[in-house]
Amino acid sequence: MSNILEVKDLNISFHTFAGEVQAIRGVNFDLKKGETLAIVGESGSGKSVTTKAIMRLLPPGNSEIKSGEILFDGKDLTKLNDRQMQKIRGKDISMIFQDPMTSLNPTMTVGKQIMEPLIKHQKLSKAEAQERVIELLKLVGIANPEARFKQYPHQFSGGMRQRVVIAIALACNPKVLIADEPTTALDVTIQAQILELMKDLQEKIDTSIIFITHDLGVVANVADRVAVMYGGKIVEIGTVDEVFYNPQHPYTWGLISSMPSLDAKDEDLYAIPGTPPNLLYPPKGDAFAPRNEYAMKIDLEQQPPMFKVSDSHYAATWLLHPDAPKVEPPAAVKKRMKKLPGSNK
Amino acid sequence: MENREKLLEIKNLKQYFNLGKPNQVKAIDGVSFDIYKGETLGLVGESGCGKSTTGRTIIRLYDATDGEVIFKGENVHGRKSKKELMKFNRSMQMIFQDPYASLNPRMKVADVIAEGIDIHGLAKSKSERMERVHELLETVGLTKEHANRYPHEFSGGQRQRIGIARALAVQPEFIIADEPISALDVSIQAQVVNLMKKLQREKGLTYLFIAHDLSMVKYISDRIGVMYFGKLVELAPADELYNNPLHPYTKSLLSAIPLPDPEFERTRRRITYDPAVHNYADNEEVTMREVKPGHFVYCSEQEFQQYKAKNKS
Repeated sequence: MSNILEVKDLNISFHTFAGEVQAIRGVNFDLKKGETLAIVGESGSGKSVTTKAIMRLLPPGNSEIKSGEILFDGKDLTKLNDRQMQKIRGKDISMIFQDPMTSLNPTMTVGKQIMEPLIKHQKLSKAEAQERVIELLKLVGIANPEARFKQYPHQFSGGMRQRVVIAIALACNPKVLIADEPTTALDVTIQAQILELMKDLQEKIDTSIIFITHDLGVVANVADRVAVMYGGKIVEIGTVDEVFYNPQHPYTWGLISSMPSLDAKDEDLYAIPGTPPNLLYPPKGDAFAPRNEYAMKIDLEQQPPMFKVSDSHYAATWLLHPDAPKVEPPAAVKKRMKKLPGSNK
Repeated sequence: MENREKLLEIKNLKQYFNLGKPNQVKAIDGVSFDIYKGETLGLVGESGCGKSTTGRTIIRLYDATDGEVIFKGENVHGRKSKKELMKFNRSMQMIFQDPYASLNPRMKVADVIAEGIDIHGLAKSKSERMERVHELLETVGLTKEHANRYPHEFSGGQRQRIGIARALAVQPEFIIADEPISALDVSIQAQVVNLMKKLQREKGLTYLFIAHDLSMVKYISDRIGVMYFGKLVELAPADELYNNPLHPYTKSLLSAIPLPDPEFERTRRRITYDPAVHNYADNEEVTMREVKPGHFVYCSEQEFQQYKAKNKS
C-alpha cells in the first residue's frame, strides 16, 4: 500500500505569555491509502494539534511549525502559502469536528453549507451542486433530503447534525479525512450509527481516515492502525491487534488497564498516577517517566528512541532496549497478550 | 435484599416542563425505584431520556410535577420549614458533570469547600474550619497547599476532586453524581472512580450514579436502571442486567457499546430498538414487573409472561 500522507519529524510550539509550549515534539507517522489510523491520547497530548497542523488550521499568531515536513501528494504542506492551501483544504483533505452543535453555521440552511465546497472546489453550477447535495444527504442516511435541504441546523438532532458535517467533509471525495473526536459528543447508540456510516462510506469512496479519539472502544471498532500519543510524541504505533494485544509501552499498558473490563468487579481499577506533563517545561527524558512505575534511571535522563517490535509495530520505551531488565506487564495486559492472533507459538 | 434498609423511595415521580403549554415536555413520566443504604445505583440512558432530571428532581433542584421522593421516611417535596430544609440539604449532596463550570472561579478552593460548612455552622472557629478543609482535601487526594488557590489552577481531574470534597464537607449520607467522569480523560476517570469507591467504603455513602458510559457504570454500580424517554424500562443488579437484558431497548443499548477489544469489535452485531415492537393496546396496563427477584422490566402482562418463560428455559 502506498503512503498518501507522511508526517516527518514534526515540531510545533505555541508562544504564550508564560513561555514556549512545545506541543508537538518530533512526530513521525504515515497514512496509507484506504486505511484508518486512530490517534489516541489524553487531552494535551498533541493529537488535535497534529491534525490541525496537517489542515494548516493552527492559529497564525502564536503557533509555529519549528521543523518537520508534512508530505501530501509530493507537496510539503508546511511550505504552501494560504492560497495554495485553500485549494487542498476541504477538497483533498477535509475534517470532521468534534462538536456538531458548534461546527455548523446556524444562520445558513444545511443545503447551502454542503453546497459551499462543491461550488468553491469543484466549480459546479448551483443546480448541479444542489443535485449532488441531495445525493450526499441520502448517502449519509438522512431521510427526506429534499425537505431537509432547506432546513437550518437547529432543526436537526445531534446525530443528524454530525451526518451533515460528514456530508460536508465528504462533498469533494477527499483523499484524507480527519475526524477529530467525531462521536465524543454523541450517545452510544448514535455513536454506533455514525461509526458504521463512516466505515461504510470509507469503503465506497476509498478515503484514508485519521481518527482522533480517547475512547479505546471506538479505536478497536474503527482502526486499522493505532498511534498512541503522550506529551507531544507518539509513544507507540502499530496495527490495532498489536497495540491491543501486545502493547509495549507502559503508558499503553496504563490506558488499557484503566478501562474496566466487563467481568472485573470489587478490585480497584488500575489508575495511572499523577497528571500529564506540562509542555511549557518539557521533561528531559521520557515524558511518561514520572508516572511510570517501570521507569528506570535512563528514562529520566534520555528520551527513548522508537524501538522496533515488528515491521509495523514500534514503541518508544527503554524497556525494549536489549540491556533493559525484563518486566512483568500488569495482569490486565498479560491477559490480553494471550489473545494476539499468532502469539500462541 | 429484602431486609436492607431503604434510604430513598421514589414513587411514580413525574417532572413535566412547560406544563399546560403546547411545548410541554414529559421529562420524567412516572418513574419508581428504591435506593438501599450503602449501595450504588447506576442510571443510564441516552441524552434527553430524563436521567439528569431525575437526579435533579430527587435533590429538589426542580419541584416534582407529581409523585413522591421519600428520603428516610420523609417526603422531600413536601412543605418544609427553613430548618427542615437545612437538615435535608445536609444529608443529600450532588457532584456535577462539568468540573470547569461547577466551581466558582472567583472563590478560593478553601471557600468553595467550606461554603457548606459555613452555611450549616459546622465549624466553631476559623482554625477549625481550615482544619476541616485540609482534612477534606487530603481525603480526596489533594494537599492542604491547594486550599489557597483558585479553580483555574487545577486540571479537570483535580477539579472534580474539589467538587467531591465540597459534597463531602457537610457529611452527607447520599450523593447524586451526575456524569462525574464524562468530562475527564480515561486515565483520570479511573482515579476518580477509585476515589468514589474508597469514600463509599470508608463513609458508608450511598450513590446515585448517572452516566452514559456503560462500562464504568457496570463497574461502580450494584444495581443499574435503564431509562428511555422519561421512563425506567429496566432495573436489575449490574451483572444480571449485562448478562441477561430483557427489555429490547436495554439490549440495543448494550449492543452499541464499543469494547476495547478488536477481536470482539469485528464480530459485534448491533441490535436496533424500535418502540413499535411492543405494539401495546390502548387499554393494556404497561408497568414495571418483577420478572426475577430484583430484576424489573417495564412491560405489559403478555410480555411479562414471555420474559418469565424465557427465564425458565
